[in-house]
Amino acid sequence: MSAPATHLFQAKPSFARTAEKGVFWLFRSAAYLVLLCGALVFADIVIKGAPAVFTTTFPFVNTVFLTEAPESLYVFEHEGAKREMGDREFRAFREQEAAKAAAQGRKAPEIKATSFVYSAGGIFPCIVGTVLLVVGSMTIALTLGVASAIYLSEYARQSPLVSFIRLAILNLAGVPSIVFGLFGMGMFVIFLEWNVSLLAGWFTLAFMVLPVVITASEESLKSVPKGFREGSLALGATKWQTIRKAVLPYALPGILTSSILGIARVAGETAPIMFTAAYVVRDKLPWEGLQHAGDFFFQGVMALPYHIYVVSSKIPQNEYTERVQYGTAFVFLFIVALIAATSIALRNKLRGRYKW
Amino acid sequence: MSAPTFSASMDPSTKSIRTTSPSPTAPEGKPSAAVAPTLIDIENLDFHYGATKALHGITLKVPDRQVTAFIGPSGCGKSTLLRCLNRMNDLIDGTRIGAGSIKIRGVDIYQRDVDVIELRKRVGMVFQKSNPFPKSIYENITYGLRLQGIKDKGRLDEVVEKSLRGAALWDEVKDRLHASGLGLSGGQQQRLCIARTIAVEPEIILMDEPCSALDPIATAKVEELIHELKLKYTIVIVTHNMQQAARCSDKTAFFYLGKLVEFAPTRTIFMNPENPQTEAYVSGRFG
Ligand SMILES: Nc1ncnc2c1ncn2[C@@H]1O[C@H](COP(=O)(O)OP(=O)(O)OP(=O)(O)O)[C@@H](O)[C@H]1O
Ligand SMILES: [Mg+2]
Repeated sequence: MSAPATHLFQAKPSFARTAEKGVFWLFRSAAYLVLLCGALVFADIVIKGAPAVFTTTFPFVNTVFLTEAPESLYVFEHEGAKREMGDREFRAFREQEAAKAAAQGRKAPEIKATSFVYSAGGIFPCIVGTVLLVVGSMTIALTLGVASAIYLSEYARQSPLVSFIRLAILNLAGVPSIVFGLFGMGMFVIFLEWNVSLLAGWFTLAFMVLPVVITASEESLKSVPKGFREGSLALGATKWQTIRKAVLPYALPGILTSSILGIARVAGETAPIMFTAAYVVRDKLPWEGLQHAGDFFFQGVMALPYHIYVVSSKIPQNEYTERVQYGTAFVFLFIVALIAATSIALRNKLRGRYKW
Repeated sequence: MSAPTFSASMDPSTKSIRTTSPSPTAPEGKPSAAVAPTLIDIENLDFHYGATKALHGITLKVPDRQVTAFIGPSGCGKSTLLRCLNRMNDLIDGTRIGAGSIKIRGVDIYQRDVDVIELRKRVGMVFQKSNPFPKSIYENITYGLRLQGIKDKGRLDEVVEKSLRGAALWDEVKDRLHASGLGLSGGQQQRLCIARTIAVEPEIILMDEPCSALDPIATAKVEELIHELKLKYTIVIVTHNMQQAARCSDKTAFFYLGKLVEFAPTRTIFMNPENPQTEAYVSGRFG
């Protein structure tokens, strides 16, 4: 026998206690493992990306990288020093050298430079493009998604057909994003003749996140107590009045929570925009050189994830492309975090206002 | 077009019936059922939830401006019948009236051209679980009026005070009208729901076990309120509390397994019931 218990609640070894300990450590290490992997990914991006985004001198942010368009990088030896220059700078430099040589009456020197595509300049057009894509597609997805969720859970009779529609929507969530890209190309780019355009990208991305938005909106609507609906209807409200005043405000925080996930996905997907909205490179910013205001919607844009893809698929890889790649990823993460933080703040504000 | 009481284009004259007709309550306060005119006339009503039949041939005449109590063991169909009276059951998929009719002031409320919105404005409902909106007390009371497009601040203020006084809540909340309705106690919340209901000036108030979640003091307050309300409103109340039925109602209906077993003046049901089942139930021998 073990030592006699000194008091009533003395700990006794038992299988349940051992199991409790084991399970606790299992769960704990699982959580920490996930945390570790996440941290590694972030650290990698931050460490490799930060040099492209930040500088050691005032204003500490690489404004060129954030505000200019991508350029080719030229790397060459000149008067014994290794020089790196962007496309425009390099051309100016060459002309200057040629002029200098002409003034001295000798032949213009041959500058042998290695060029690296998109490794100089910045990613401003990509930032703009991604923000436009996110805002547009989330607007469409939320409008369509919330409307159909309201219809499915508040208006439609719960028939087998409705269940089937729900199932179909859920399945849609499992479709690979490249399939959405191909669908978008066939439907919007070719059939509707929108060409490679913001509009085509918006709808393609919106359709991709719709399942998430609809499913989550339905859940949020369902979590609003039935009493609010009954109370409202019993006072002589129509269904729409009830939904607008006594249901939707309380479901909105939940809907926003889910759409935050949607935002991250929309911002990060490459495949759906590859054929529908993204340009490898485009000189003009979306608001430049528009003939009609309507043309705005029918132009392609550059986008951060696609830019990462384009830069990364340059072979061979080298330190210059890597810098842009990670810098872009860093900026991308930052923007997604910013948009998500805004939605979270909005959600928390709504939650505080509409709490029960 | 015939203008039944609850059709969308309501005949304004119907509104005046209530205000002009004399109170049927007899002077000594104990009304006799014989003189009270019928307001709700339920005839031979069958009600189905999908394949299950929940009500079997109910015939019942609810008298005007009296309190009618529905009693009976759990699952006997009290709530179902109550919710038929303002067509709240329409919200549940697959429900239907199998046979029979419900007439309020002679209008069949299940006929085609009845607008449920008009019906529910006139037949208010207080639920078992108090369900104030997570808005201010003021917003809760004015909810129904705002739905009707009433925005005039003076008018709304007036109605808020009148309704809260009518629900015996004014003194307790007059200093915090703009605080959340959820900050009130359970009993106050239930009275807030009653105030919200009377703010739209219904004719009939349906109450489904309004006191089941309340303590005895809060219950007493609501019962007192019911006594006052019946001067102006017709009340139908579902209750599991025999004393409550005995205390507040004028007539009592006893249901069992979806059938109306006995409907008589409350005194008769409790003192001298005709049906042995009723007797057994009210004396607590089964149920
Ligand atoms: N939404 C529903 N769908 C299907 N059947 C239902 C539904 N609501 C009630 N019923 C059934 O109808 C019958 C009557 O129910 P009801 O709620 O009217 O009883 P009740 O008398 O109010 O009971 P309680 O005193 O417990 O509230 C019960 O058999 C119940 O199972
Ligand atoms: Mg009930």
